[in-house]
Amino acid sequence: MSTDVTAEGGHGAIPTGPEVPTTTSPSVARRDWPLYEVFVRGKRGLNHVHVGSLHAPDDEMAVHAARDVYTRRNEGVSIWVVRAADITASSPDEKDPMFAPSGDKVYRHPTFYEIPEDVPHM
Amino acid sequence: MSAPTLDRPTDEAALQQQFDATIAADRRIEPRDWMPEGYRKTLVRQIAQHAHSEIIGMQPEGDWLLAAPSLRRKAILLAKVQDEAGHGMYLYSAAETLGADRADLTDKLIESKQKYSSIFNYPTLTYADVGVIGWLVDGAAICNQVPLCRSSYGPYARAMIRICKEESFHQRQGYELLMTMMSGTPAQRAMVQDAVDRWWWPSLMMFGPPDDDSPNSAQSMAWGIKRHSNDELRQRYVDMSVPQAQFLGVTLPDPDLHFDEETGHWRFGAIDWDEFKRVVSGNGPANAERIRRRRAARDDNAWVTEAATAYAAKHAGAAVGSAA
Repeated sequence: MSTDVTAEGGHGAIPTGPEVPTTTSPSVARRDWPLYEVFVRGKRGLNHVHVGSLHAPDDEMAVHAARDVYTRRNEGVSIWVVRAADITASSPDEKDPMFAPSGDKVYRHPTFYEIPEDVPHM
Repeated sequence: MSAPTLDRPTDEAALQQQFDATIAADRRIEPRDWMPEGYRKTLVRQIAQHAHSEIIGMQPEGDWLLAAPSLRRKAILLAKVQDEAGHGMYLYSAAETLGADRADLTDKLIESKQKYSSIFNYPTLTYADVGVIGWLVDGAAICNQVPLCRSSYGPYARAMIRICKEESFHQRQGYELLMTMMSGTPAQRAMVQDAVDRWWWPSLMMFGPPDDDSPNSAQSMAWGIKRHSNDELRQRYVDMSVPQAQFLGVTLPDPDLHFDEETGHWRFGAIDWDEFKRVVSGNGPANAERIRRRRAARDDNAWVTEAATAYAAKHAGAAVGSAA
């Protein structure tokens, strides 16, 4: 990773180069509002899935805002919000050597094993 | 155990190569991937402009919220305007994954350092404009946005998928409103035709300058940020809109509009690009008013955000205590 990128919460690498528009002086209070990542359970039986992010002053307001922004049409039955800063990610790169070792463990997959066609229910 | 460091490119050329390979394979770039500075800047510019357009886009139609002709129309319009706010939020959220700051982007909009779609600098003169915006303006937006659902930048593509689902409601409610008016009095039909006359050409301009005068297009196409050229999308839009106009019973204000048997396309007359440039550069009918309202919304509501911040700060201590 080059030095002009900073890993930050669930959003990962945030470039900090001079082109990033962060020069204006903070005058509004909402600049201090933390970033929340939003997860929605679409319906019973499904996992919560990440849908986006928003800024809110506290956890409760984050849930209310998430409801308005991400579930205006029955998109979900449950919402989780979590501060992006509280998320620990595997590494700043999606193509991660952490996952490389699983590439050579083909024996973990059912297709590794050759079974004659005429064995039933296999 | 120390993490293996194999195939972990550290030099710029190797990173670029990995990026190019991802694009070539039509896979998505995600926020934590290395990306060329130009790619990131282009995306921030495009997504911010798009977000600003959604936010400013609340104004022309919002002007009619208190003058809707029925409770039904008012509820529909309110839902639509709320969607535009939501679309702005999805997009600002996508821009923030690239390191941009939403409050900063808003400041840049208010200081006119960043642009929004020039279509919103036209005023809405009658309720027929609400219908025509839904049909023509949101119709053009759909043409532009559907291909962006496959944009190479993951968060942008995902935001566009959500937006496109909702745009369909916007277009259909507009068209239905116009069908209702067209089955009304001669005065109501004239109102629809007048609105079509005013919005048709600006809608065509929404696709941007012609291909041979679109400096950013080629690179954006190579990066998979953009999937079709401006002219290609404009033609697709005209081909879709003409039969809809015929069904509605309105005339599109273009004497040169004709069907080209050979290609199967509807050919249209010359677009007044001078007007486009005039409006984009800030001299449209409503530019100043749009920005004034956006500034007022930020400044007049500052006390609400300050109060919410103060409340959160006051209760932060208590919350930590109860968690322990």
